[in-house]
Amino acid sequence: MAAERSYSPLAQAARSALAGCEKVPGSRKPDPVLVADGVRREFGGIVAVDVDHIEVQRGSITALIGPNGAGKTTLFNLLSGFDTPSTGTWSFDGRDMAKVAPHKTAALGMVRTFQLTKSLTKLSVIENMRLGATGQRGEKWWNGLFASTWKKQEDEITARAEGLLDRFKLSHMRDEFAGALSGGQRKLLEMARALMTNPNLVMLDEPMAGVNPALKQSLNDHIRGLRDEGMTVLFVEHDMDMVHDVSDWVIVMAEGRVIAEGTPDDISKNPAVIDAYLGAHQGRSLLEEGA
Amino acid sequence: MDWSLIFENTLKGFIGINAVYFAIAALGLNVQFGYTGLLNFGQAGFMACGAYGLGMTAQYFEISMWWGIPLGILFSVGLGLLMGVPTLRLRADYLAIVTIAAAEIIRLVVRSVRFKHYFGGSDGINNFSQTFRDLGNKVGIDEATRYGFTPFRFTGRELWTLIVGWVLVALLGFFVYKLMKSPWGRVLKAIREDEDAVRSLGKNVYSYKMQSLILGGILGTISGMIFAIDRAAVQPDNYSRDVTFYILTALVLGGVARVSGSIVGPMIFWGIFTFLDNFMRQVADEPIRIGNFQVMDSTDVGPLNFILIGLTLILLMVFRPQGVFGDRKEMAFDGR
Repeated sequence: MAAERSYSPLAQAARSALAGCEKVPGSRKPDPVLVADGVRREFGGIVAVDVDHIEVQRGSITALIGPNGAGKTTLFNLLSGFDTPSTGTWSFDGRDMAKVAPHKTAALGMVRTFQLTKSLTKLSVIENMRLGATGQRGEKWWNGLFASTWKKQEDEITARAEGLLDRFKLSHMRDEFAGALSGGQRKLLEMARALMTNPNLVMLDEPMAGVNPALKQSLNDHIRGLRDEGMTVLFVEHDMDMVHDVSDWVIVMAEGRVIAEGTPDDISKNPAVIDAYLGAHQGRSLLEEGA
Repeated sequence: MDWSLIFENTLKGFIGINAVYFAIAALGLNVQFGYTGLLNFGQAGFMACGAYGLGMTAQYFEISMWWGIPLGILFSVGLGLLMGVPTLRLRADYLAIVTIAAAEIIRLVVRSVRFKHYFGGSDGINNFSQTFRDLGNKVGIDEATRYGFTPFRFTGRELWTLIVGWVLVALLGFFVYKLMKSPWGRVLKAIREDEDAVRSLGKNVYSYKMQSLILGGILGTISGMIFAIDRAAVQPDNYSRDVTFYILTALVLGGVARVSGSIVGPMIFWGIFTFLDNFMRQVADEPIRIGNFQVMDSTDVGPLNFILIGLTLILLMVFRPQGVFGDRKEMAFDGR
């Protein structure tokens, strides 16, 4: 179904590396950028996430799918430092993230977006973008008073922000309030703003939710663009067409556990996945049940 | 009815010392509430820090009044940390509860008999401000002489306090304006919109909220100092809850998240307040009666004035929720 695509050398390397991986839950990858071990999160008596082992291959687009309530977003929050697991360890780029404060993850090159877009509505689009840049001198209040200390850096940031706005086709909205953007444009803005942190790993929580089909295509292209530039993308999604179209590797969760991993083609044929989504007894007569 | 007197007093209300100390406190509240979205309902507590910083130099430490300035700022930084550490990680409403309670605790402690030795109890402290007036005399504004022209006639003592006050308003207003135009201010505004988004972009939200709370608190402290110096006294009951809410009213009147709003709002607030007070006092000079029923006399003017101020605020919220200087377009994005 997918048309012939050209892949950058980085993307090709990631794809061929993944082709040789074992297609079982918790499979080892040749060059993982994100590794989680025994991560478990309980809310009261409910176990929301209980993942023995997952790895995300560097330079790939990895999709995290599963039915509602499977624990995808919870796992996402754990991996991005927005929540703390009850037990378990996870590392990013070889660094133990349990010891890193959540606000420091962005400086290390890990950035996330949210399922419900978080545009800062009363800030202009360009201010939203500028906010994304890390290590700004003017964000110290004692420097804030003296424009000379941050003006030059601000100009560089603005130039970079304008470049990204151009790429995401938001240039015409530059000076509007972010609250004036449409839902789809907000998704784009949030993605562009995340890129202002110069990330290695971009984590997108349901990038396609509430986006019209035409914009979905262009979002797909943007996501592929990230990988072709050498970034790793991990995303949560419900839209199976999109997952099939864009991802290199798919991790399937159900009831808090990873139940399958593999390439998109493998996953769409995997009986465990079909069971998880449609129920274990689909295709069989209900009359056989009670016996 | 003496319109020229009403007019004169109203003009004085606009630029009077009440507007000055309200403006500085409102600037502080604006940093916290308008820009960062922190609900500080205890600005009166920060003001008390400043007033008692000055007062204690005479009452307890017996040192020069000028030491009261760093002392008051020290108090308010301490208060900011004390309130911020446990609550700034929680949702905004918890800060509101803690600040209103903390301000009341401060008022009750400083007026208590137990600590009269330090804070002067309910009598307060009133022997510290001569140092400030001496400085006025020294720069050539004699405290006993009358200056100015009608309608702006002030004693030297009033004039000196007013000059220092308005210079401070201008400097602090410029200071806040500069900070809010900087990337630092951008982070604060972003926190007001959505903390999680800011955190995901690698900013230490907790630290920024603390900085904002303390900066706003220090502005409140300076306001309390001006107030104490003008009254030449520190009275515990001048720092009760209603002060915070009047300042908040004046701020909303001017328009939140605008430096001009927090300066002009208090001016308008005190202008209207003085006008109504003077006007009604003249109207009710003779008790107003309908038949045998007395509608109002001069003792009813005070409460009625506050009723009318409340009514003004309600009308403002209905017809101009953005305040005098706000941007209606900006308000339209609320709650999305």
